[in-house]
Amino acid sequence: MNRSPHILVAAALVILSAWAAPARAVLTIEIVNGVEGALPIAVVPFAWQGEGPAPDTDVAGVVRDDLHRSGQFETLAVSDMVERPDTQDAVNFGTWRLLKMDYLVIGRLMPAGNGYRAEFELYNTHSQKRLTGYGINASAGDLRALSHHISDLIYKELLGVEGAFSTRIAYITAEGAGDDRSFALHVADADGYNPQTIVRSAKPLLSPAWSPDGKKLAYVSFESGNSSVFVQDLASGQRRRIASFKGINGAPDFSPDGTRLALALSKAGSPDIYVLDLDSGNLRRLTDHWAIDTEPRWMPDGRSLVFTSDRGGRPQLYTLNATTGATERLTYDGDYNAGASVGPRGRLVAMVHGRNNDFRIAVLDRHNSVVKVLSDGPLDESPSFAPNGSMILYATQYGGHGTLAAVSADGRVHQRLSVSEGDVREPAWSPILSR
Amino acid sequence: MMNRMPCILILLALSLALAACSGNKTKPEQEGAQGGQPTTTEQAPGAETMGTEQGGTFEGAELDNPDSPLYKKVVHFDFDKSTIKDEDRDTIKAHGEYLANHPAARVTLEGHADERGSREYNLGLGERRADAVAELMQAFGASDDQITRVSYGEEQPVATCHEESCWWQNRRVEIIYTDRG
Repeated sequence: MNRSPHILVAAALVILSAWAAPARAVLTIEIVNGVEGALPIAVVPFAWQGEGPAPDTDVAGVVRDDLHRSGQFETLAVSDMVERPDTQDAVNFGTWRLLKMDYLVIGRLMPAGNGYRAEFELYNTHSQKRLTGYGINASAGDLRALSHHISDLIYKELLGVEGAFSTRIAYITAEGAGDDRSFALHVADADGYNPQTIVRSAKPLLSPAWSPDGKKLAYVSFESGNSSVFVQDLASGQRRRIASFKGINGAPDFSPDGTRLALALSKAGSPDIYVLDLDSGNLRRLTDHWAIDTEPRWMPDGRSLVFTSDRGGRPQLYTLNATTGATERLTYDGDYNAGASVGPRGRLVAMVHGRNNDFRIAVLDRHNSVVKVLSDGPLDESPSFAPNGSMILYATQYGGHGTLAAVSADGRVHQRLSVSEGDVREPAWSPILSR
Repeated sequence: MMNRMPCILILLALSLALAACSGNKTKPEQEGAQGGQPTTTEQAPGAETMGTEQGGTFEGAELDNPDSPLYKKVVHFDFDKSTIKDEDRDTIKAHGEYLANHPAARVTLEGHADERGSREYNLGLGERRADAVAELMQAFGASDDQITRVSYGEEQPVATCHEESCWWQNRRVEIIYTDRG
């Protein structure tokens, strides 16, 4: 009997178990500062209504963590819950008011087909009114996604804005030194769970950018010695080399409709902004200047972009009309403004804001030209807006390592995202993923 | 880390001596790799070319003579600047003239930046620095097709602390001979 199939099966099992194992988080996210007057909310453990043991994923626990991490909620620890109702009839609102909770979530989890169904209700403990409630089905492997969806619904009901819990983040890690240096591009859930490595290279990787459907990532790789831009499909792992001209091939950014990719290419001399039509391969040059023009970022309407240029002597942000190529200077405050990330409504633009050797994340309000500095510096970079505009993820230095941090767009909530070792950098927040 | 450049140069000289003794083109490289010497990727092409001049011409040695202006193969820049400093003009002039006198010689100019500011902008800055060195080399007779330029931006630092003592070392263009002609 031929042994090799057994070996193959064994190898496959090892790989599968390695693949299946990580529900764990590699990035741990902690709140450094929350909002004063955060909304007090109790999320009671959901009652399991199936035969046999409950699934491993604690749905209410994931929801509780999501709400807490947003900085907008103050959540009650399970150990402080003197009652654990699972239906409205079992709720004593007075108990929750005594615990100083303004809001209460109760729910139930049950088998449904090959997966599960979760039902939950959100109450105001003062009015004793049911504010919202849903029943949601999910396949067995999607319980965390289902939980994030519940968080989104609660967030939207209480804050009036879309949540950004059903999202992912991409980031680059660098480990080792000299010849042993290695770079990797990873994708994880927005809470740091389910990390997956999608590219590994001995040469630098940078500038990950999500497609608007959240299914592809564009990035820059130096694997062939010079920079090239790739677009990779996340599900299949297949990728396409999009640009590998002479000189710099960098700074990809998908247009809001996903059909075009803005790029910085220096094939004609100095870096200029180009737009590549992904279907036809047609490449159009939008700027023609001796300066460094780079980091194009689409505005939500898909008709204009923001980019970095030092045409005025130092790097500043400019707007660029995607049809006419007309440019207009956008930033004046500070001697270094670069690396823009445009908020979902196009009004706020986050950037690296440098002043006297101190580089921080700042947000420009395009309506009143006010620049608000959000981070502490001194080496912050790579801001990336959450798709709901609530938070900005960025790269910073902490404890001698490159690490990630997030700050709310109003500067009140601060989070730190840390990994055990190596440098983490260049975070990119995905669009909201459809379920 | 701060004093790494002199070490690298000594290593280069040592590996050159090895190459000259063995007359074997690939051996020093392999030994370096197996012995786990702290070589960097930037050096690898340099180490390779040493084997190619096993014919024993003296031109190669000129590039490795500590008394020659050709010995220095890195130039540095001020923050967010690509202006060649006066103290580096002789170095670039020497390499430009060497290229002019050795039409078969080829160099790669690797442009680098320090970690401050945004990564993509720093790619542009590294390229602009490589361009500045290339232009001056051409002013002294080198031809464009002898020079390859690549920018690594802030991605390949030689020193990794977060202050000026490291930053100045990283704001650099490395002149790497891929063929000594």
